Amino acid sequence: MVTATLPAADVHPPSPSPWLSAWRRLTASRVTVAAMCPLALLVLACVFADGIAPYDPNAQDLELKATPGSAAHWMGTDPLGRDLATRILHGGRVSLLVGVLATGVAVVIGVGYGLVAGLAGSRTDAAMMRVVDILYAFPFMTFVIILTVVFGRQFWLLFLAIGAVEWLTMARVVRGQVLALRNQEFVTAARAYGARGWHVLIRHMLPNVAGPVIVYASLTVPGVMLLEATLSFLGLGIQPPDASWGVLIRDGADNMETSPWMLFFPALFFSATLLALNIIGDALRDALDPKSFQEPD
Amino acid sequence: MLRFILSRIIQGFVVVFAVIVITFGLLKASPGGPFNKERQMQPHVRAMIEAYYGLDQPWWVQLWRHVKGYASFHFPESLKMPGRGVDEIIAQGFPVSAAIGIPALLIALALGIPLGAFAALKPNSIEDRASMLLAMAGLCMPSLVLGPLIAMIFGLKLRWFNVSGWYDADDWVLPAATLGIIYSAYIARLTRGGLRETLAQDFIRTARAKGASEGAVVFRHAFKLACLPVLNYLGPAAAGLLTGSLVTETVFQIPGLGQHFISAAVNRDDNLAMATAAFYATLIVGFNLLVDIVQAALNPKIGFKS
Repeated sequence: MVTATLPAADVHPPSPSPWLSAWRRLTASRVTVAAMCPLALLVLACVFADGIAPYDPNAQDLELKATPGSAAHWMGTDPLGRDLATRILHGGRVSLLVGVLATGVAVVIGVGYGLVAGLAGSRTDAAMMRVVDILYAFPFMTFVIILTVVFGRQFWLLFLAIGAVEWLTMARVVRGQVLALRNQEFVTAARAYGARGWHVLIRHMLPNVAGPVIVYASLTVPGVMLLEATLSFLGLGIQPPDASWGVLIRDGADNMETSPWMLFFPALFFSATLLALNIIGDALRDALDPKSFQEPD
Repeated sequence: MLRFILSRIIQGFVVVFAVIVITFGLLKASPGGPFNKERQMQPHVRAMIEAYYGLDQPWWVQLWRHVKGYASFHFPESLKMPGRGVDEIIAQGFPVSAAIGIPALLIALALGIPLGAFAALKPNSIEDRASMLLAMAGLCMPSLVLGPLIAMIFGLKLRWFNVSGWYDADDWVLPAATLGIIYSAYIARLTRGGLRETLAQDFIRTARAKGASEGAVVFRHAFKLACLPVLNYLGPAAAGLLTGSLVTETVFQIPGLGQHFISAAVNRDDNLAMATAAFYATLIVGFNLLVDIVQAALNPKIGFKS
């Protein structure tokens, strides 16, 4: 026997939106806030590096050569007399930009692929997921190296190449979520009252996929930044005189015997940023209901 | 079980050959060719060299030759190191990479599993937080940070080991320590997650209820299941470690396999690039199969389903 019930909103006072309560859960932890605030400051400093940084990142002062930190150059200079603090801020802008853009590429490809596979179901789904399985076994580092070496070392290619290898897990997560949602009562109900496929997709699926996508994207950013740094470290990413944190760490590693500060400061900024991003990613996962993200086989 | 293994092996071959075909396609789709950069080369010389390596043939003939060669273990020659088969080059680098990768894997397990278990057994305690912070720090100190730091401290300052190179019997220590510490951070997180989830399950409560000691609960009942996520991670991790970390081998200047991954692509040694990709894929497929077998043996819920 089915009885009609009034919509919940008419009976209860409106509850805070799920996003608002997630935000409250997120900011309840002191560790998370302690990670978010300095990261926000750093991001702002990097974005406005042109105004904040005291020097030109590529201005050489050969009389200075490599000097340790001083009042004029807080973090010292490199063998060409370039101010390290300035280069760290400018390099950070490149690293963060690659991190965000490549993650964006991964999200677009992964969500699109996962949605199609999950909605198509049956054979199409199986074939599409088998492709993902094969790509998992693919030595992606070789793939990225071939892409960057062969097609030139342009900036836009770097994040496209990184994004093109980082979407696999995203596709799995989204597809799993869609499969789980497809058979839920509220989707069946929407279908039953005559909602079109597109309506179901946009109105009912996407909001429920958004949580896992946000969580996974936030955990992809540090991974992507690490990949960029690795490529730049190997001389395959950002090319000098432009700097990214990977380039600066490589410079530091080459000069660590005579100028250890050149290794120390870029490594510190890079690691601290990865730490903050990882803490925030973990906190997001806890705040946005961990149970719903497990992918079915 | 035999059928399961057999079908997985066949699947594995499909994956490896798919990797060969994809790499081939990528290299052919990219502008330029292996011998395009050498401007000083006379056209007829270049034509002869390309004919020697079969590069003048249509692409499907080339692809077929590669597939046939790999299938019958007649591997092609390197394009840039004349007279040396790609299998010979890989066979030379692999033992060096493995001499670092195997101890690194052991270090990672020896550090990561106790650290993670320790954290899981006392949730939210100081110990838990400390060990997880340590594991988190491990995640944020990738090899390009940790490697130079370790080289600086133990090589330059303390002078316990060579900073770089592959001369002395103990040259594996610093790179293996670098990789081991990094991988242990992941393993610690996975162990903690797996053990905590397992300890919350009903059969653990049953074991406690019938009066099993805490040690028996953890080691006899929980640990087998708790290891599953770690085991899952170990497949790709082992393949990655054995083929050599690009960064670590660069930092410590180790003549392992890692260098070929880069130099083959940079020099457009297409044959070697395909061979390294295929070798890596073979290792991943092999280790994943091994992991699946062990997993099925440990967890009756999974079983040998193909």
